[in-house]
Amino acid sequence: MQNKNLNHGGTETRRKSILRASVSPWFFRVLLWLAPILFLLSFFFLPLSRIMILAFNTSAFTKTNFQLILSTLSFTFYQATLSTILTFVLGLPSAVLFSRFNFRGKPLLRALTAVPFMLPTVVVASSFNALFGNHGLFSFLFPLSPEFTTSKTFYFLLILLAHIFYNTTIVIRIVGNALSRFDPKLEAAARSLGADTFHVWKNITLPLLRPSLLAAALLVFMFDFTSFGVILLLGGSNFSTLEVEIYLRVLKLPNLPLAALLSIVQLIFTLIFSILYTRTINQITTQTAPRFSISKPPKSFRERTFVFTVYCLLFTFFLLPLLSLPIRSFTRLEADRGQRGEVQYGFTTDYYKELFINRRGSLFYVPPIQAAANSLGYASLTVLLSLALGYPAAYALAKPTRLEKFLDPLIMLPLGASAVMLGLGFIISFGRSLASPWFVPIAHTLVALPFVIRTLQPALASIPERLRQAASTLGASPFRVWQTVDFPILSRATLSAATFAFTVSLGEFGATLLLTRPEYPTIPIAIQRFLSQPGGLNFGQAMAMATLLMLLTTLAILIIEKLRLPNSGEF
Amino acid sequence: MKSTFYFLLFTFLITSCATPATSVAPQTITVLTHDSFAIGEETIKAFEADNNAKVVFLQSGDAGAVLNQAILTKDAPLADILFGVDNTFLSRALDADIFETYQSPMLTEIADEFKLDSSNRALPVDYGDVCINYDKNYFAEKDLVVPQSFEDLAKPEYKDLLVVENPATSSPGLAFLLATRAHFGDDYLTYWKSLKANGAVVVDGWETAYYTNFSASSGKGDQPMVVSYASSPAAEVFFASPPPAESPTASIVAKDMCFRQIEFVGILKNTQNKLLAQKFVDFMLSQKFQEDMPLNMFVYPTNKNAKLPDVFVKFAQIPENPAALSYSEIATNRDTWIEAWTQAMK
Repeated sequence: MQNKNLNHGGTETRRKSILRASVSPWFFRVLLWLAPILFLLSFFFLPLSRIMILAFNTSAFTKTNFQLILSTLSFTFYQATLSTILTFVLGLPSAVLFSRFNFRGKPLLRALTAVPFMLPTVVVASSFNALFGNHGLFSFLFPLSPEFTTSKTFYFLLILLAHIFYNTTIVIRIVGNALSRFDPKLEAAARSLGADTFHVWKNITLPLLRPSLLAAALLVFMFDFTSFGVILLLGGSNFSTLEVEIYLRVLKLPNLPLAALLSIVQLIFTLIFSILYTRTINQITTQTAPRFSISKPPKSFRERTFVFTVYCLLFTFFLLPLLSLPIRSFTRLEADRGQRGEVQYGFTTDYYKELFINRRGSLFYVPPIQAAANSLGYASLTVLLSLALGYPAAYALAKPTRLEKFLDPLIMLPLGASAVMLGLGFIISFGRSLASPWFVPIAHTLVALPFVIRTLQPALASIPERLRQAASTLGASPFRVWQTVDFPILSRATLSAATFAFTVSLGEFGATLLLTRPEYPTIPIAIQRFLSQPGGLNFGQAMAMATLLMLLTTLAILIIEKLRLPNSGEF
Repeated sequence: MKSTFYFLLFTFLITSCATPATSVAPQTITVLTHDSFAIGEETIKAFEADNNAKVVFLQSGDAGAVLNQAILTKDAPLADILFGVDNTFLSRALDADIFETYQSPMLTEIADEFKLDSSNRALPVDYGDVCINYDKNYFAEKDLVVPQSFEDLAKPEYKDLLVVENPATSSPGLAFLLATRAHFGDDYLTYWKSLKANGAVVVDGWETAYYTNFSASSGKGDQPMVVSYASSPAAEVFFASPPPAESPTASIVAKDMCFRQIEFVGILKNTQNKLLAQKFVDFMLSQKFQEDMPLNMFVYPTNKNAKLPDVFVKFAQIPENPAALSYSEIATNRDTWIEAWTQAMK
């Protein structure tokens, strides 16, 4: 009986592979690309080219403008390079920590590292101030002179810190994910041949990690390169990146031709980085086998020291700034008795209670439950949409033909396009229909898609064809091949990709692309509304809302990471 | 199962037929506005009920962003009405010719000083004064006299005590720059250099200045003086729990030190709903809307008959001599002034 079944399965597979061979591979490729390309064409290339055609004008070609572009570009490049390097200094050991070791509170700590990614910049700036400001914990431990804390160097350090704070999660997820997919036998073999840790890393681990390292570096660099809110809010108006300069030229000192020129420069550089990435990554294909968890509790003294050090670093970097939000959301400043330098604090739950009261009967009042529901709804749609579009694209990119080599760099462009310019493009392309709530997940997907593709692609490329072939030869149906070979390797990458899409959406990236309808507020919008008016209750409610956002996202990430499907191994 | 399905289908058909029969579908009117706009639910409901209308608000960034979008979409407008163009942007809106002229009957109730546009394309709805707010406790404790002029602020006793917003990125920041420009004329940059030398901190926007830098807000920052609004002390009382007897902050309303922002509404050209749009503009200038505005947006009504809420009367001050600068002068020079300021403060 079983034999017959197997035989049947075998002929079925053979017939399928003949069928696949008869369908032109080109046709198959085009099919894979159809949805993602259509999406990018209609929601990215079309609106962007419309605004560029409208705005671009050779009148912007003046000497002063080129000088401005050059100096802005060099600062943008400088801070992005420095931020990326520093992010890796913290991110790489953290990736090793999460993929190699088991320790208490691991899932929670890992979830927390993703929280900054979706916090509004205003909230992050405020929590940084709670930590590094003159009354902050840091200045209490390491007193800094007021000359230093108002100097440009200090603001620049804050910018770098914030970039690390935001982007470390990218390294942890992409590199850590690759590390945990690793065949430990390779390292064990090298060790048994007498290699020490350094040589194992240099000769085995790092070369195998290169695709993921590059993918993570590209994403981190792009985020720093197009940094906007952090530069404006923490830079004390001393610095400007291309993105900040575009924003100024579109909205504040209107000069659309110059804005268009700046946008083109930013896009060209995005394209250059992406091409460099594609070139490098195509030279290497690392093949790994599906593995069960290789993480274990730290044993030797060195391992323990490593785990302890990285743990402490992550704790200081992520937990302390984040903790200031819940603390502030329960703190009342006793203004009447307040003495400067020795402020009286009191405990209060008023801010949370107030969240549920529409005191002024405002049409724009946001019930917290509804804001949370809206945020979660949009985030789920973004996950579905970006996975649906990202999977076929990543699948095609994993085995690149000339078509993919051409398309690959274009995938990253949405990350390098100025949100303000694209927003104008959206307005002139879609008009009133832009107010439809369906545009929210679309705008979020535009930002999430490069992440999803860049996370899935190295994983898909790492699946050895011989495993699939072996499975087919043994009589497995295509579905069974996918289920036993592709899926275990992909499930981790899929979870990472889903988490990225989810956090991108909750963080309201791309919000500037839209017309907001007050009927469908999200948590970040609610926070912004509170912070736009003076008063202790407003500040407290913003902190309470941010705390809710933090809790919600931590929980959601924990749940996403717990979604362990059969055969998927431990993530 | 089947019967349930038919039942649902039947109910659906009944309700979908019944709805249009009982009432005429309300006409929708769309109002494009900035992110800070807010108004009471009851107020809008009243308008909707009286006019069988549905009011849809679209928010899209700050006042500058919204105006840009309105100009770009002039031929196929996003909305019927645009609210939130202020006197620093008024010329740009009028030059781009995005508004219909509307001689509202309600204009008789509006104080003349706010009617900047004689062609009545942009109608004044509210105003607010940008002034320096100070931390009362700090000045009391240090026995420091509250500065009463721009010149005072550059004195050594006020070193490191002021936070201002960047005029290139913030609207109160721009208002404050305009006030100094009105007071000092061409010498305004020299003044700003002396302010900088005296340790004035510049940040990107109001949120950062108020909640991160200002010492009297819940953010507990380092500077006891911030560029904010004359109504902010009232908001500090209104949004406190429990409400204090006195505001922790107050405004410096000395001569020339405040800048008055006036916000306008206009009916967008090419609207399909002209009549209803006119009704809504009348409504925005009416007592009901005007009296609901202050606590929602912390601005003052332009309607002479509108009564102010108690917290405004008790805790907010109105400067008697705000800085005077004509809106056409602002329009001609704003970009040059901001660019020059940016260069000078580098």
